[in-house]
Amino acid sequence: MASELSFAPPRTLALVPGVVIDGFRLVSSIGEGGTAFLFRVEAAERPDPGFPLLMKLPRIGNGQPAESLLAFEMEAMILPTVQGRHLPRYVASRDITATPYLAMEWIDGTLLEDIARAAPLADDRVAALGAALADALHALHRQDVIHHDIKPANVLLRADGSAVLLDLGFAHHAHLPDLLAEERRYAAGSAPYMSPEQLNGSREDPRGDLFALGAVLYELSTGALPFGTPPTLRAMENRLWAAVVPPRARAATIAPWLQEIILRCLEPDPAVRYQSAAHVAFDLRHPDQVPLTTRAHHLRPPGLVTQYRRWRRLKRALADRGRLQAKPHTMAAHAPVLLVAIDTSHPEDPRHAALQAATRQLVSLHHESRVLAVSVVAPAEIDAAHPLESSASGQQLSHRLRLADWLAPTALPPDRLSLHVIESEDPATALLDIAGANHVDLIVLGAPRPDEAALAWWRSTASTVTARARCSVHVVRVGEGQGD
Amino acid sequence: MRIALFADVHANLQALEACRADAARRGRDREAFLGDLVGYGADAAAVVDLAMAAVQDGAVSVRGNHDDAIDGESGYLNEMARAGVAHARATLNETQRAHLKHLPLIVRSAEACFVHGSADAPERFRYLDGIDAAKRCAAAAEAPITFVGHVHEQRLYFATLGERMHLLTPTPGIAIPVPRHRRCVAVVGSVGQPRDRNPMAAYALYDATRRTLTFHRVSYDHRAAAQRIRAAGLPESIAYRVEHGI
Repeated sequence: MASELSFAPPRTLALVPGVVIDGFRLVSSIGEGGTAFLFRVEAAERPDPGFPLLMKLPRIGNGQPAESLLAFEMEAMILPTVQGRHLPRYVASRDITATPYLAMEWIDGTLLEDIARAAPLADDRVAALGAALADALHALHRQDVIHHDIKPANVLLRADGSAVLLDLGFAHHAHLPDLLAEERRYAAGSAPYMSPEQLNGSREDPRGDLFALGAVLYELSTGALPFGTPPTLRAMENRLWAAVVPPRARAATIAPWLQEIILRCLEPDPAVRYQSAAHVAFDLRHPDQVPLTTRAHHLRPPGLVTQYRRWRRLKRALADRGRLQAKPHTMAAHAPVLLVAIDTSHPEDPRHAALQAATRQLVSLHHESRVLAVSVVAPAEIDAAHPLESSASGQQLSHRLRLADWLAPTALPPDRLSLHVIESEDPATALLDIAGANHVDLIVLGAPRPDEAALAWWRSTASTVTARARCSVHVVRVGEGQGD
Repeated sequence: MRIALFADVHANLQALEACRADAARRGRDREAFLGDLVGYGADAAAVVDLAMAAVQDGAVSVRGNHDDAIDGESGYLNEMARAGVAHARATLNETQRAHLKHLPLIVRSAEACFVHGSADAPERFRYLDGIDAAKRCAAAAEAPITFVGHVHEQRLYFATLGERMHLLTPTPGIAIPVPRHRRCVAVVGSVGQPRDRNPMAAYALYDATRRTLTFHRVSYDHRAAAQRIRAAGLPESIAYRVEHGI
């Protein structure tokens, strides 16, 4: 077999503005990386896709590492298969049998790398940026793709605050050939963010991206990298089992909840980390719902004995490769997010028992499932005679307590449960909004009663939610003779 | 140009008809049979007739070891396989037997290679059972992509860097890019006797224009096929395999 380099013809085309490549005219150079040239281009002799364009031209020829061509091919293979606004749109590509290129959408935004220069950033800023990045990762993982090179230089923030993931050159697609399956590389810019299992050669575990996300959060909140910038892959491996300096040891102003999230992402054993990017996004958006463990309060790295135990545990975990072999979307399916709509304004409603039974059943299916318990209540009206009891916060508190009592029989641990009381005149829209914002996989709610159905089925909450939800909906009906 | 790839039909007429219909629905332009039309199953004569007609229409067809055993050595086969060969010998007419006997062992062009076992020593019907076997096959194929059968499971071996190859267990229905500069060996799976605990018939569809390969699984009445095997007096173990995909 010939090496692929022999297929790549020497580049004879000068890459200067005005040159047309496969119907795209080069407009201006916008960067020259170690492995590729980047140009703004326009459609010259082909239909205009209707958005600005960027072209990536890999460096080829003598002296170029063969891995950079593999990375180019991987990106050209994976980009057309993924959808959504968290990635640039694919336009066209050509392989190395001619001048190879990859044309995609050019997106206006700010690189997270530029934002990170101002680190340390305030907790709420870190949380907002991290949640946007976690949203993007979740969208990618749901399409069975692992990014494997999450770092500030590969994340673009749009003006609306959402994140776009750049450079799928090192990504892994669960259903497509992985040209980098056996490559162990040391890339100076990427290694500080790589998880232990990734350094160990694992390509099939999406939780590696959550580790990298933790490293990015650490950098944004402290201004430092959790493991520094070791000069070699080997040095990086040796650093990883040494425990991280807790962010709060670097800056005492960092909130315990943020440290909890960061250190949970950075757990060396993927089984102890967050199990989905959606969960990280949720915690970053709901600091008050993050259950604090000892992680939150460390002010110095654990002692040597603890570190040694962690190292032993990690070595065993890495040896047990079977645990690391789930496809990304199955991983997400094992950690589904359930939204249970609970009408705490009518605690005597006969539907509660059926809804509780359904919730218990559903959460017992997956060890990692999480529940958002949501009660939508009418906005509080202040009663002048009893201002305290009838205040908005008083109403919030009483409904939160009812939610907690409602869920007590499920015995869900605090890190799998969150309580939300929302004031709204429009329960359906409120439920749909919270479901959409939190990557909910399944909404569980009660069906209208038979007497309600005849009158107002078309405008009941259940029918609106079922019709408009972007996830599955489980409508729980109390059968005849039940619930009386 | 889309080529439907059928391997290891093993005299399972129901499975072959289902796969051909599926491929036709997906717009296949040509067909290729990767060997072992006969053996094990109950409908050797009907399957060979079908393949003969397809060859008349331009289909590629290569000889498998069960096809080879009809007029050759069958002593090396296990008991189950010998029973299938004996049944085929008893039911095939002279024309059908001559067709099998004269099938080529390997067909290759500059673009693709078709063989039952492996392109290196096709007459030895080697199993493509790992990376090393795939490398030997790819090296001998003299074509960017090789399609094989013999191993009754769907697999795609692809070149990464230099001489290295890697294995992908394909997900049915996903179009996998197979660029010309990256050598591939595709094991297309068995139409008539899948062995991955899934009784659905297996085949693959190669789009030579877009350079993608899609592995498919097709539902068919495998219980009826198993009943045909029992009714023909063939060993119960063959019927059981077809029923359970093992």
